[in-house]
Amino acid sequence: MDTQRREGGLWQMIWAFDLITLIFLVITAIISLQTKDLLSAAMIFGVYSFLMCLLWAGMAAVDVAFTESAVGAGVSAVFLIATVLRTTRRSSD
Amino acid sequence: MKSFALIAVIVTGWLLLSAVSDFPDWGDTESPANDYRLSQHYITETFPETSVPNMVTAVLADYRGYDTMFETVVIFVAGIAIMSILRRKPLDHLKDKGKETRTYKKDPDLIIDTTCRLMIPIIQLFALYVVAHGHHSPGGGFQGGVIFGASFILLALSRDLQAAQRWVPEKRVLNLAGVGILIYSGFGFACMLLGSNFLDYEILHKIMPATPIEARSHSMLGVEIGVAFTCTAIMFSIYSNLASNGDMKETL
Repeated sequence: MDTQRREGGLWQMIWAFDLITLIFLVITAIISLQTKDLLSAAMIFGVYSFLMCLLWAGMAAVDVAFTESAVGAGVSAVFLIATVLRTTRRSSD
Repeated sequence: MKSFALIAVIVTGWLLLSAVSDFPDWGDTESPANDYRLSQHYITETFPETSVPNMVTAVLADYRGYDTMFETVVIFVAGIAIMSILRRKPLDHLKDKGKETRTYKKDPDLIIDTTCRLMIPIIQLFALYVVAHGHHSPGGGFQGGVIFGASFILLALSRDLQAAQRWVPEKRVLNLAGVGILIYSGFGFACMLLGSNFLDYEILHKIMPATPIEARSHSMLGVEIGVAFTCTAIMFSIYSNLASNGDMKETL
């Protein structure tokens, strides 16, 4: 039964979608850690959260995806940006 | 030090990745998580027992209601902690006397003002739908509360903090946050008063116009509303403390 689902068209599409999302997830994670500009790091962290939300939705965990998009990509990005604007924009290391 | 951290990261990453191959397949019906009779019970019996179609909400707010109550308390404590670290009186009595006379109003921008005026009611309506429909479709108190709080954050971003504080002044924020947890634990204690266990909603059919099974569904809605109160209040409180540097006057 499992192999049947793997050969179906839907599974192939989700597999490719997962691969692209995971690659971008790793890229955004590395960029948001490496960049010196904290404001753009906060923005890229929002993108990371949104990609995580897509992955949760792809795994049919819609409740988790909903929470991730509301809390991770929405509000916590705003919190980070507010903190960056109130403190310093350049990273010291 | 840095090379030591790199070695630690690489070793930990290798350990985690080597454990990935032991995971069960995606959607594997034979895996322990799916095969165990408790998850089978949730999948087959949630709707007959609680009349809630969304079994995630049923597990969250009913079967594991005690956990969710203290998750709400965690959010409350986080908001209070941020407030106790950042909140301070306006610096009127200190040396920067010149600062206090400056007005904090921003110049209104026509495009931003009009867009947000249109968006905010829709966002709030959607948040109420997410809360009220949380036990039938994805969503619930946490998500709906965060979206409702985000609408006030949008108001504070598009105008200034005072515009948002006209609707949610600081005192009301704290009251709402406490009332949310009070609603949640009130449902629990109401069950105890009627002679059942804490958060065992079935007994509430005695004071609700509903059958015992429907009482669990209605109580879940009530509990989610409590969670949404706390989330809304704390999200706006965290934002206003961070954005105003704690004095609730200046905005970004």
